[in-house]
Amino acid sequence: MEQFPRRLLTVVTETVLERELVAEFEALGVRGYTITDARGKGGRGRRQSDWAQEGNIRIEIVCEPALAERVAQRLRDRYYDHYAMILFLQDVSVLRPDKF
Amino acid sequence: MPQLDPVIWFFVLGVAAGAARADLRLPAAIYDFVSTVLLLAIGLKGGVELARDTGGLPLAELGGILLLGFVLPLPAFAIARHIGRLSRPDAASLAAHYGSVSVGTFAVVMSYLATRGIAFEARAAVWVVLLEVPAILVGIVLARGLAGNVAWGHLLRELFLGRSIVLLLGGLAIGWLAGPDGTAAIKPLFFDLFKGILALFLLEMGLIAAAQLPTLRRHGLFIVAFGVVVPLMFAAVGTVLARAIGLSPGGTIVLATLAASASYIAAPAAIRTAVPEANPALSLTAALAVTFPFNIVIGIPLYERLAVALAG
Repeated sequence: MEQFPRRLLTVVTETVLERELVAEFEALGVRGYTITDARGKGGRGRRQSDWAQEGNIRIEIVCEPALAERVAQRLRDRYYDHYAMILFLQDVSVLRPDKF
Repeated sequence: MPQLDPVIWFFVLGVAAGAARADLRLPAAIYDFVSTVLLLAIGLKGGVELARDTGGLPLAELGGILLLGFVLPLPAFAIARHIGRLSRPDAASLAAHYGSVSVGTFAVVMSYLATRGIAFEARAAVWVVLLEVPAILVGIVLARGLAGNVAWGHLLRELFLGRSIVLLLGGLAIGWLAGPDGTAAIKPLFFDLFKGILALFLLEMGLIAAAQLPTLRRHGLFIVAFGVVVPLMFAAVGTVLARAIGLSPGGTIVLATLAASASYIAAPAAIRTAVPEANPALSLTAALAVTFPFNIVIGIPLYERLAVALAG
């Protein structure tokens, strides 16, 4: 079975940013993403998933390495200073390269 | 001291359970459902009463209340900036929260007045709509300046299409169109269960307020003092305005309570995106862990006495 290399970008951040980030992704040319509610603890304290005002979300994007890099850079420059946000990149393999 | 409305005990239970880290959490979907029913019920109730009453909407009164929404953030900002010595964004954020209103507090004052058989203007739900947005806009201008880098179009859209405005106005419209007879079929859910739904809402608010307690300890005295003194001042302003525009004693209590209340849903979301450098925990904690409990337990009976004293 042939596999194709792509990058998985995972972002964990504040629920209030969801709409704004989705607009950023569209503008940068991201074709698909998955968003789930999340909870946990980090540099800005414990965050719940049950109340949107202080909830967390986890966003996953699978795409070309160059695009993943651009998205990561944009998020770092624009949101790291004032929002609870972490992101990380991983190598993944996909079966349908035209989709990602 | 009049007996505490039983719904208030649910808030107390939520705070106690949250503070003790009891295994108690309402799923997010339940909170969404409960707050949706509350907002629609408040809108519907107002709409039905408006359909009954053919007087129309008094524009001078509504204009006065709209103006109140623009004015209230200014003293709150001055107090936070000069007495609290907070940074400009933090002071502006507090100003936005305290100038705007809390629908939860409105639901509690409705329930309080209903229990005591005190009538108030049916259009009070319209006051909530008028008071929600202006203070948030003023708060953002206080933080950013008029020329500031704010995506106003996007922001206004988010504010006016926020769930509280949409559901309140939607409920008002449906209630007004359907009238008392038309809404008879949905009365069991929205009117008869109102107090039970409010109790569940307050239980959740108690849990969320308890989660703010660590922040409260960190920021300490100023937040507590601000969260009590500002509502008292604003309630006095609301009472004076209510008398000036000729509201009933019940309406005076409602407007005083609205002026005293602080937003913990619309304002935090808008300020978080428009003024990111403000510390969100500071305003939310003041609004939710200090002012909300203060208003529903001590404030509302106090505002009633004030209204009665002035009317007498």
